Amino acid sequence: MTQYIVRRLLLLPIILLGVSVLVFMVIHLVPGNPAQVIAGPDAPPETVKAIELQLGLDDPLPVQYWRYLTRVLHGDLGRSLTSKRPVIADIMDALPKTIELTLAAAVITPIIAIPLGVAAAARRGKPSDSGLMLVSMLGITAPVFAIALGLMWVFGYKLRVFPISGYGGPLWTLSGLRSITLPALTLAIGSVAAMARLTRSAMLDVLSQDYVRTARAKGLREWRVLMGHGLKNALLPVITVLGLQVAYLLSGAVVTETVFAWPGVGRLAVYAIQARDFPLVQGTVLVIALLFVVVNLAVDLVYAVIDPRIHYG
Amino acid sequence: MDDTARQRASGSAPSALAQRRDDLSEIERAGRHRLLRRFLHNRPGVAGLAVIAILVLLAILSTRIAPYDWQAQDIAHRFASPSLSHLLGTDELGRDIFSRILYGGRYSLTIGFAAVGVSFVVGTLLGTVAGYYRRVDGVVMRLIDIMMAFPGILLAIAIVAALGPGLINVIVAIGINEIPGFTRITRSLVLSLREREFVTAATLIGGSDAYIVRRHVLVNLVSPIIVFASLRISTAVLVGATLSFLGLGIQPPVPEWGAMVSTARAYISIAPHTFLFPTLAIFVTVVAFNLLGDALRDTLDPTIRD
Repeated sequence: MTQYIVRRLLLLPIILLGVSVLVFMVIHLVPGNPAQVIAGPDAPPETVKAIELQLGLDDPLPVQYWRYLTRVLHGDLGRSLTSKRPVIADIMDALPKTIELTLAAAVITPIIAIPLGVAAAARRGKPSDSGLMLVSMLGITAPVFAIALGLMWVFGYKLRVFPISGYGGPLWTLSGLRSITLPALTLAIGSVAAMARLTRSAMLDVLSQDYVRTARAKGLREWRVLMGHGLKNALLPVITVLGLQVAYLLSGAVVTETVFAWPGVGRLAVYAIQARDFPLVQGTVLVIALLFVVVNLAVDLVYAVIDPRIHYG
Repeated sequence: MDDTARQRASGSAPSALAQRRDDLSEIERAGRHRLLRRFLHNRPGVAGLAVIAILVLLAILSTRIAPYDWQAQDIAHRFASPSLSHLLGTDELGRDIFSRILYGGRYSLTIGFAAVGVSFVVGTLLGTVAGYYRRVDGVVMRLIDIMMAFPGILLAIAIVAALGPGLINVIVAIGINEIPGFTRITRSLVLSLREREFVTAATLIGGSDAYIVRRHVLVNLVSPIIVFASLRISTAVLVGATLSFLGLGIQPPVPEWGAMVSTARAYISIAPHTFLFPTLAIFVTVVAFNLLGDALRDTLDPTIRD
């Protein structure tokens, strides 16, 4: 296992270096002259030249990459072409909101999914079980933006219980809680559906074990059987998946944040692309990929430590 | 004794070989019939295939069968609810939503098939090379690790950011986004295939790498990769719609379904039907491909399960 952890940690810099190359290349994949694309088709040559100089586009590629890498390693992601502020400052403003949203979704997920999965397993084969499985199938298949707009329409426009978009403040304030509800639910629905199905199948596995039959035979109440013997043993695979889901919630945030005008890194990335603000595009993509890699690694390492049954070759 | 039997008995090599080939093709035909029967018994799969066939047909014939031109505006009847004259109602410019969805199917389905086609070809190639030649395995797999460091649709977003919007760019972006999956599954299959006796035998009788890969490896990869591809088409359709929805893919006024939903977003409070129907179109397509993929998996490769 130590070998596995060391190997994973050694691979990390290689992957991050590769990510930085890909992100660096974003601006160089632009068809034609990137400076012209940024400045717009009608921009005077002086403006184009100025942008070229500002971004250092007139140097050879390896020189440009080396400069990019050393700058990034010093925490300098360049300057946004639209806000004129350092990219890192824009990202630091947005990042806490993305983390807040992702964590809210990660907390909601098991709270909704586990009871649903247990209930479905307890009523196996009955209409409520099939109904739940069908709904969860829809939750997995439906596009995130459709879920977002659906929730917005029902709770924002029809029932008017939650604001339809924007950031209402920190989580501990009422307006903050209200504003995060719909985006967090949207983000969580896919994971809820997946986790409810997994909980159900893990429960069914456990409930077919001999010790569960023994527990029932000795007259234990069904509730105790389900909770004490069933859920307790079914929980490990479920929690494993939750760890993996956290990383994926990060990527779902791009769509969710855009629909709900949630001022996080995902929306910043989409805005940057639309504004052709390439330094900001590179910065946001780099930060999201970085977070994803680190979270994934952390989750894997934690499992390697806590679950001795996982074997790493 | 008939001719064939006599020739076989006398040990005439060429005709024995021909006979063997006949026997083999007979077995193959029987196998194909059995697979077809198994597939036809899978009702959800058949339903999925039927829906996809209908969608493809409607998209191809859209300009002939659509009741209106997809661009025709009728401001006087904007936001009309579904009725006999406009089956699915009209949008913010009075354009017929039904006609637009029919036409938009061309984009959504093309993206699905073409993007998966790109990743199928490149991913299978990379995976085969990585699995067969251990020396390049490390390099290819690190490249795949790097691509997988971009979660979900982020890589596609980054590529579209560079290339700009448009059908071809979206196909390229989603195609690249899907490469890691194809590479990984192909590599793992090749790794196990190259240890099999028939590959060792082919190596021992002096078969070249190209011959072994073509004749013994790729042939055995086809079923699982086709199953995987059919399941990924729904993802590609979904990512295509999502990119267009974000304003990064196909641009309005082209009625790609995601782009239609994106425009409808602004009118969701006054005309929810403008958002509902394109969403349903995406949903039906995705579900149909998933059902087909699941059925193909059960038919072709009962050993693979999620």
